[in-house]
Amino acid sequence: MNEALEKNMKYRSSDEAMIEIIDVHKWFGDFHVLRGINLTVHKQERIVICGPSGSGKSTLIRCINRLEEHHRGRIIVDGTELTNNIKNIEKIRAEVGMVFQHFNLFPHLTILDNLTLGPIWVRKIPKAKAEEAAMYYLEKVHIAEQAHKYPGQLSGGQQQRVAIARSLCMNPKVMLFDEPTSALDPEMIKEVLDVMIELAQEGMTMIVVTHEMGFARSVAHRVLFMDFGQIVEGNTPQEFFDNPKHERTKLFLSQILH
Amino acid sequence: MEQATFETNIEDVKPPATSVGVIGWVKQNLFNGWLNSILTIFTFVVLWKIVPPFFRWAFIDSVWNTTGQACRHAAGACWSIVSANYRFIIFGFYPYDQQWRPFLAMMILFGLLFYSRNRKHWKKSLGYAWILGLFTMGLLMKGGLFGLVPVETTKWGGLPLTLLLSVFGLTAAYPLGVVLALGRRSKLPAIKVLCILYIELIRGVPLISLLFMSSIIFPLFLPEGITINKILRAQVAIILFTAAYIAEVVRGGLQAMSRGQYEAAESLGLNYYLTMRLVILPQALKIVIPPTVSILISAFKDTSLVVIIALWDLLKTTQSVLSNPEWMGFSREAYIFIAIFYFLGCFSMSNYSRKLEKELSAGEESR
Ligand SMILES: Nc1ncnc2c1ncn2[C@@H]1O[C@H](COP(=O)(O)OP(=O)(O)OP(=O)(O)O)[C@@H](O)[C@H]1O
Ligand SMILES: [Mg+2]
Repeated sequence: MNEALEKNMKYRSSDEAMIEIIDVHKWFGDFHVLRGINLTVHKQERIVICGPSGSGKSTLIRCINRLEEHHRGRIIVDGTELTNNIKNIEKIRAEVGMVFQHFNLFPHLTILDNLTLGPIWVRKIPKAKAEEAAMYYLEKVHIAEQAHKYPGQLSGGQQQRVAIARSLCMNPKVMLFDEPTSALDPEMIKEVLDVMIELAQEGMTMIVVTHEMGFARSVAHRVLFMDFGQIVEGNTPQEFFDNPKHERTKLFLSQILH
Repeated sequence: MEQATFETNIEDVKPPATSVGVIGWVKQNLFNGWLNSILTIFTFVVLWKIVPPFFRWAFIDSVWNTTGQACRHAAGACWSIVSANYRFIIFGFYPYDQQWRPFLAMMILFGLLFYSRNRKHWKKSLGYAWILGLFTMGLLMKGGLFGLVPVETTKWGGLPLTLLLSVFGLTAAYPLGVVLALGRRSKLPAIKVLCILYIELIRGVPLISLLFMSSIIFPLFLPEGITINKILRAQVAIILFTAAYIAEVVRGGLQAMSRGQYEAAESLGLNYYLTMRLVILPQALKIVIPPTVSILISAFKDTSLVVIIALWDLLKTTQSVLSNPEWMGFSREAYIFIAIFYFLGCFSMSNYSRKLEKELSAGEESR
């Protein structure tokens, strides 16, 4: 597996940018959450963001599909800039998959209906085709036999895998993960990480907020450390873990790796 | 050693005799504790005092098919008031020889309602069936086509009128209420303020005053020569009134939805309309089925208030029979008779809502 990963690691930084974040600021009332974020994510690049609680990691990735609005600076996703234009926002959201900490599956729909909702209503794909695709992605996250159950009948790990499949059904160009494993019992974390690793091997562009450092080491091209609304440090996993530059990064790593 | 004890425990052990059978049930459900025992005995005494005398009055000593005069000598209920006047109570002043028309219209309505009970039948064809049914019912009631004698709406009354006001009142008020609830939570200030104003104003006045306004004050503003049908005006008042209450209940359901549901829907690229229709409303409306049905039930009963603007609904036709000297004094029997109609209406609504709630949550419960 690691060899396959190695191969895919070699995205070329000369590749086009998938996401450009230029000097982005955001406030919650008087509270300055994001303080001048600059980040370019290339196609097929995989980025892990870590940092202490309240540092603005979630806010940053939620700005990328406009679940939060940024107040200054520019965010450009696949060539389209995020402005107040509703049509652009909906278009970008359809291209950007998002996986939440608490899964957020639709409890009133079966797993299959959860997966086909977006394709049928946003992409206007015929139902039969959408279901076929949904079954393909359910296979992929190893959960096809649960297609006709409701989310409440699945375990946390299963629900999160369904959530990943739901995003994949939209054929996204980027996947955003906001602490996808932190609401899970320890024995379920691996099954979700495994699915994410498979996704990485296929060359998906990913931004993952997580404290799973093992995952960061083996999958990320770049690991970013955020604190107080800023990206303090960003480097290859190797450098980041073995050779942190900033004091705050060192402190954080020492806390998280005991 | 633990293994051994475990295995002896696994054998079938019969439940103790006191917890099974009739005696067990009685003991467990009626006499478990002194407070429950007292309540049980008290309830039995009250039932014993009420039920047999009522039964005797209603069935044994009652008279069924006599004149009002004969009734006065009877010891029990005088159901003759019903058998002699049921056509008027149910159809009001609708021409006697034409009363098969409202009867047929009601049968169509019941048929459609009954067929719509099953959610599997909720297809496009059912929508067409309703449109066709409504058209037929209107034609039957009003006449003037296909050789049917025209009947003025002023002659409509009794049960068909009550059903007309409530079925259309409720079916129109519900979507309006949902729209108002969404409007009240809108991000656009103008829409939000308008909805809040509407809801609070309407909830601030009793239905009676709305009915008065619609029937007496509103026509004063109309230009001379233009009149709007009185039934229609009452209907609109009922719709506007009920919608405001439904809006508040639905708003409660919307507030119970977590932000994650909105976010998940939006991050799939669903627009506001689709997010509401596919994700939020199905869940929110389901949560508020019980309070919504309470509102619908009380709205159904409140239609009887149209009496005060001189519409001859079921209650009014009954009252007018009672003011006939021959039948004066038999109000108990007459009111019991129409209470049965109201009860059937309310009971089937609450019954249906329970069925719906159960169906909608099938499978979704967590393990
Ligand atoms: N909707 C909001 N309104 C006001 N303040 C908010 C809101 N959302 C987040 N915040 C605040 O902004 C800060 C950053 O929040 P954010 O969720 O981005 O942190 P995070 O880095 O993801 O932390 P965690 O690891 O706990 O998830 C926090 O202090 C939080 O209290
Ligand atoms: Mg967070």
